[in-house]
Amino acid sequence: MARKRYIQAINEALLEEMERDPKVILFGEDVELAIFGDTRGLLERFGRDRIRNTPICEATLAGMAVGAAATGCRVVLHMMFSNFIYTGFDPIANQMAKLRLMTGGQIELPLTVIAGYGGGRATAAQHSDTPHPVLMNLGGVNVLVPATPADAKGLLKTAIRGRNPSFFLEASGRGGDSGDVPDGDYTVPFGKANIARAGTDVTVVAIGSMVKPALSAAERLHSSGIEAEVIDPRTLVPLDEETIIRSVEKTGRAIIVDEARDRCSAASHIAAVLADKGFSSLKAPVKRVTVPDVSMPYAPNAESRVLPNEEEMAQIARELVHGHSAVAGKQLV
Amino acid sequence: MNPSNEQRVSLFERMTLIRLMEERLRADAAAGKLPGAVHLYIGQEAVAVGVCANLRDTDWITSTHRGHGHFLAKGGDPKAMMAEIWGKRTGICKGMGGSMHVADLGKGILGANGIVGGGFAIATGAALSNSLLRNNRVAVAFFGDGAANQGVFMECLNVSSLWKLPLVFVCEYNHFCEFTPTATVTSGDIADRARAFKIPCEVVDGNDVIAVWRAARSAIEFARSGNGPAFIEARTYRIQGHLESEDLFLAGGKYREKQEVEEWRKLDPIARLAELLISENVRAASQLDAITTKVAGIVEDAVKFADTSEPADPELTFDVMFAGQRP
Repeated sequence: MARKRYIQAINEALLEEMERDPKVILFGEDVELAIFGDTRGLLERFGRDRIRNTPICEATLAGMAVGAAATGCRVVLHMMFSNFIYTGFDPIANQMAKLRLMTGGQIELPLTVIAGYGGGRATAAQHSDTPHPVLMNLGGVNVLVPATPADAKGLLKTAIRGRNPSFFLEASGRGGDSGDVPDGDYTVPFGKANIARAGTDVTVVAIGSMVKPALSAAERLHSSGIEAEVIDPRTLVPLDEETIIRSVEKTGRAIIVDEARDRCSAASHIAAVLADKGFSSLKAPVKRVTVPDVSMPYAPNAESRVLPNEEEMAQIARELVHGHSAVAGKQLV
Repeated sequence: MNPSNEQRVSLFERMTLIRLMEERLRADAAAGKLPGAVHLYIGQEAVAVGVCANLRDTDWITSTHRGHGHFLAKGGDPKAMMAEIWGKRTGICKGMGGSMHVADLGKGILGANGIVGGGFAIATGAALSNSLLRNNRVAVAFFGDGAANQGVFMECLNVSSLWKLPLVFVCEYNHFCEFTPTATVTSGDIADRARAFKIPCEVVDGNDVIAVWRAARSAIEFARSGNGPAFIEARTYRIQGHLESEDLFLAGGKYREKQEVEEWRKLDPIARLAELLISENVRAASQLDAITTKVAGIVEDAVKFADTSEPADPELTFDVMFAGQRP
């Protein structure tokens, strides 16, 4: 076990997987210079056959990833900012997510798409989206939202070795966050949530970038006598419903914290799962702490207004536990 | 280089197979026997056949909405194709894809595609794979004049030329973008778009299978030898509508004159090759008729197979969404 930064853990996963399997290739815009740091050193190690800069043409890149994966390569496509997934969305939605079904299972697509998501850095509306909801709705792709360096490395390895398309979403601006990373080769399975903090009074399901503030909120709650259990699903497709439901059976209360816009978010999906399968355990309404249905504003103070924050999470938890009927969350509209 | 006599006879046979399969699908669509829409390839057979006769099973193709011809030309099984279109579990995609998605990986057919221009980037990716794996395979992207107006066409011309990928672009200029004449929505020459990227181009009579064969042979050799992509524009004509049953919703509206269709019928690629084979004494008319009769039997068998096969397994939907994982 050693302390490593998030971006360093991702870089190690790429390096080790490219070392392990010569069929792994990586391409994308500006990957040779590694502007996020996650592809640093790969060009020197593996050469331009296996890692290369591409023109700026996301639709073609996503389609090429499909074509190359269908014909013998293991592809890692780096799409830089998650908003650029939208410019490449036709082949993602129409080919990547559907080709296996449409061909009756003939085609396998071992491919991983990497993209950085989320706000908080004054990157304005087109470099800050949290796109997992739209990807979750495609049906044919896995959606990974690692919150820690250890999970980032382990999930990325599982994705690269896998037989299906996976979106590996990196929390932008969290590259410097550090955490313990196991030594040697290991993988983290899809569909297994992590109980990031055990507790008995309220379950906080935190998605990706929200795990860290949720843990801080849990510390605040602890000082006021409330024990929050923080669940990090780690992957949204597949989703470990069981761990979430089991936690709510214990606590009777649930808050889901998600940096996506509220409407049809991972939070609203998980809330629906709880309404359906955890209803009898619930002592209070399921609450969502999300971004309102607006685009991300530029000015830092305006950004803070819409991003979920620790105090908001803690406040809602207090109100749930103390049984206030009207829970005043952030005004969503 | 020209195809040998035996090769020319086999071009005739393969074009006839496509024609009779499509004619049968046309009749069965009209009779309401097919669950979904079909986009027929009648009139364009020379393009798929002339190109695919120069490919190996291990070479890759991506196809279009109008994909039955490419599937059969590349060696796809008529029975498995017919059963697929009928929505049967014996179909090549087990009834999960249908007419617009016929694919056979074992024959290098990455699939027909319901998205206009959807094949460009997949073929480019397959060509990238070929180049990295150094497996001496080429990829061919078949596409229509309609798809040539998609931006991804330009993107793929750029990247394939830049990286010298073993890729052949085959534009089937059939004069229509769905229900709109191409000339009314297209500026300049499509081949000029490829020329702008320094990709060698040939514009051929797409109803002359020998001309297509020759152009394809040199384009494929060029690409396979590591020189980068090549481009063919085959001028042809879509005899049928965009899809069968379109009259139902066109409600009397029209996008072309009957006279125009009749003019192009006179340039029928199969009749033209038959005439050539007879005039050069390669085969007698009766021998060509015998081939047609044999092919009609194959089509009949394919229909029987499709008709008597079990319907698709609905539960398979959940098995094939992911590899080794439930949705």
